[in-house]
Amino acid sequence: MQEEPNLSYIKEIAGGDPTYIQKLIGIIKKEFPEERTMFLNQYDSKDYLKAAELVHKLKHKINILGLEKGYENARELENQLREGKSNGYSKFISTLENIENYLTSL
Amino acid sequence: MKSIIIDDETTARSIIEQLCSQNPNVNTVASFPSAIEAIKYLNQEEVDLVFLDIHMPSFSGFDFIQTLKTPPKIIITTSDENFALNAFEYDCIIDYLVKPITTDRFNKAIVKAQSKAIVRSSVEAPSTNDLYVNIDRRLVKINIPDIYLIEAKGDYINIKTETQTYLVHATLKKIEEKLPDSLFLKVHRSYIINTTKIVDIEDNSVLIKQDIIPVSRANRSELMRRLNLL
Repeated sequence: MQEEPNLSYIKEIAGGDPTYIQKLIGIIKKEFPEERTMFLNQYDSKDYLKAAELVHKLKHKINILGLEKGYENARELENQLREGKSNGYSKFISTLENIENYLTSL
Repeated sequence: MKSIIIDDETTARSIIEQLCSQNPNVNTVASFPSAIEAIKYLNQEEVDLVFLDIHMPSFSGFDFIQTLKTPPKIIITTSDENFALNAFEYDCIIDYLVKPITTDRFNKAIVKAQSKAIVRSSVEAPSTNDLYVNIDRRLVKINIPDIYLIEAKGDYINIKTETQTYLVHATLKKIEEKLPDSLFLKVHRSYIINTTKIVDIEDNSVLIKQDIIPVSRANRSELMRRLNLL
C-alpha cells in the first residue's frame, strides 16, 4: 500500500503559525517541480552524478512530507547513481508522482 | 547569537529561519544559497554562529570552513549522516543536525553553541597553506607559501606568486590579517613581502625575485630583526 504524504513535520516546526505553514508549502510547491525537472533531465542525459545531487535535494522534501519508505528509496537511488546504477529509478519516480499529486491537492 | 544560514535549498533555509525565529537566543541576520556568497559577507561582517549545509554543488561546506582563518561556531545541517565523522575533526563545529531538523533537536544545538567555546588550536590546520581570493565571481585557491609579493594598486592588490599574478579587489590590511606573520612582513605602506623569498637588501630597498621593493624607515628595523644575520 502506498504511503501518504502529510504535513505533520511542517506543522510541528510552524509552532501553530498557519501563515508559516502556507509559506513553506508555497516554497515546496515552487522548488519541488524545478528539482524534479532537473533530475529527469540529468537522468535522461545519463549524467548520474548530477542526477544523484538532485535526488539528494529531493529526498529532504520527501522526508519533510513524512514519506519514510520514499525517503529510503531515494537514499538507495542516490547511492546507486553515484555508482553508475539506477535500479531504484521506478520506485523513486512513483514517490515523486505521489508528492506531485499531493502538492496539487493542497 | 548573531547567525547566518548557508544552504542551497530554499526549503531548508526557510525551515532553519523558522526554527531560529522561535528561539530567543538566535538572531538570523542573513541567509545565503551558496558558500561563496557567505564568504563575501563574512569578509565584511562578523557573526557568532553559522548554520551550514555540507552538500552543496561546486563549493561544499567543508571547503567553506577551510577558507576561514578564524571560523565562527558552526552547526552542520545536512541530509547526510555520513559526514558526521569528518565534521568533528573541526573544533569550530558545535553540532551536527540531520534533516529534517526537529524543534527540540535544534534547541539543544543552540544550548550547545551558547555553552561551548571554540578551541582554536587545531581549527586552522587544514587551511594554513590556502588562501581563497575572489576573482571574476570565482574563489581561486592560492598556496600561501608561493606568494612572494603583494602590492597595493588603488582599490586592488596584486598578489604575485612564482607562476602567476592575481589582481584582487581587497586592501593590503585585509590580506595582511590572513597571512602568517612567520612568512610575511609589510615593509612599506604599499607592499607586503614573503621574507623567505628575499634575494638581497640594500639601504632602503629589498630585491625579491626580480622586483625591487622600497622599505620604509619605520619597517626597516623589523625586517632586519627577522633576518638570520651572520
